[in-house]
Amino acid sequence: MSLSSPLSVLERPVVTDVAASPAPVETSTPRRRRWVRPVLLGAVLPLALIALWQLIATSGLVASYRLPTPLGVWAAGVDLYERGVLYQHVAISTQRVLLGFVIGSVVGLALASVVGLSARVSEFFAPTLGALRAVPSLAWVPLLGLYLGYNEDSKVALIAIGAFFPVYTTVASALRHVDAHLVELGRSYGYSGPALLGLVQLPAVVPAVISSLRLALAQAWLFLVAGELLGASLGLGFLLVDSQQNGRIDRLFLTIILLGVLGKLTDTAVGVLERFLLKRWGS
Amino acid sequence: MSSSSLRDSIASDALSVSIRGLARSFGERRVLNDVSLEIAQGEIVALIGPSGCGKSTLLRHIGGLDTPTAGSITIGDAPVTGLDARSAIAFQEPRLLPWRSLTRNVEVGLPRTRRAASDRERVSHLLELVKLSESAHLRPREISGGMAQRVSLARALARQPGVLLLDEPFGALDALTRLAMQDLLLELHAAEPATIVIVTHDVDEALYLADRVVLLGSSPADSADAVSSVRATVTVPGHRPRDRGSADLAVLRAELLEGLGVATHHLPVTSSS
Repeated sequence: MSLSSPLSVLERPVVTDVAASPAPVETSTPRRRRWVRPVLLGAVLPLALIALWQLIATSGLVASYRLPTPLGVWAAGVDLYERGVLYQHVAISTQRVLLGFVIGSVVGLALASVVGLSARVSEFFAPTLGALRAVPSLAWVPLLGLYLGYNEDSKVALIAIGAFFPVYTTVASALRHVDAHLVELGRSYGYSGPALLGLVQLPAVVPAVISSLRLALAQAWLFLVAGELLGASLGLGFLLVDSQQNGRIDRLFLTIILLGVLGKLTDTAVGVLERFLLKRWGS
Repeated sequence: MSSSSLRDSIASDALSVSIRGLARSFGERRVLNDVSLEIAQGEIVALIGPSGCGKSTLLRHIGGLDTPTAGSITIGDAPVTGLDARSAIAFQEPRLLPWRSLTRNVEVGLPRTRRAASDRERVSHLLELVKLSESAHLRPREISGGMAQRVSLARALARQPGVLLLDEPFGALDALTRLAMQDLLLELHAAEPATIVIVTHDVDEALYLADRVVLLGSSPADSADAVSSVRATVTVPGHRPRDRGSADLAVLRAELLEGLGVATHHLPVTSSS
């Protein structure tokens, strides 16, 4: 092409330094510092809390049957581990959470797509789902127990219900608010139905999907404990009830800490997925 | 490409547009009434008129994005009944998908019925035409408004449309960029023949680009209800590229501006002694 125009002179990419030019080769030191500092800073408060806990527990201010020492909790953990039951409790709970989370999110995404894209379907489904959502989570436990038995199915079903609603609500509303101009663009270029969904709507709601998945995961852990508290022979929720009934305050603390750590770990995994997806689909 | 073969390809690719007795009402409010317009193959027609007169509405009708209350539109031999693959529209806003690179945005315009290896070539050819080859990998947020409109143009051309519909495509750009874009559009018209209908509120732009300028608006007589129809059609003299400062155009410009209700304070050219 031998066309000439002043355009190339007039306009240049706005952010050339970000994407166009190759990044200068970085030494490993600043790259490592970038994550070392937040990790160190984030570890300060937990360590300080453990120190304070140790101080209070050994000072005699609180009776030892009400507050174990950090080392006592650690010992309880090691004890359960050596008996081979700690792993079982953690594994079965994690399995329930992940299964329920996946089932609930997938159903939530599917239903949200249908409800978010069609006003008529939304009018049909939305009031019913809204009412189901208003039912407190624990209200499902007896019914699910009766229908499915106090087994894996009923627990996974309960967790799936918990994971379903954040995904359904957030994604359906995000789909309704996708830029109408972009939708019209897709239509005017011959896209409709599932093709249009894949071209415009789904990519546009990727950020909403991710934040809803994080919410759903937190809900899944919440519903797990609810389900296991009320009928289980294995799992972290069962360990809580069992420890309470046997006065094992050290195991109670251990379980609570384990739930915190596991919740944070799974959330971090979704966070990694988030960073990857936003790089691909974010604007 | 010799000029005669260029003309051949214009004759084969560009399509004529025929609008007959078109009317459009939104509820009780009638916007367009009895609009009739014949546009020849490969012609560039500019639609101008005061804001809210229905220019964009008329354009959307040609593209099949809107259906008339009465009347008909024909592209080539067949009537427009809905979204139409024979036309492509570039909107006032670039409407790029922010999560796609410029290349992938242009690909949106490719005909969906057939996807071939040659399409990849076509997309890079179009990006070259709009002088964005080097920025093809960027995301829309990384480029300027003028660049985004060029992507939008390339996307529309990717369809190989018989009729290219442009809805104030340069309206949001700064004055200098707009002039450069007008020249680019003429280059594209030469390289990728299509009939072009461009909506603009810029009389100079209309006169610089178009073979004919169509003034839409309500006649002053029935100004009570602002129903628009074709009030005047002006054939622009001379050949492109036109001299932006030509005296002939200055006279037409004054006429059109007066038609738009703008006082021009235009004085007839007299020989000074």
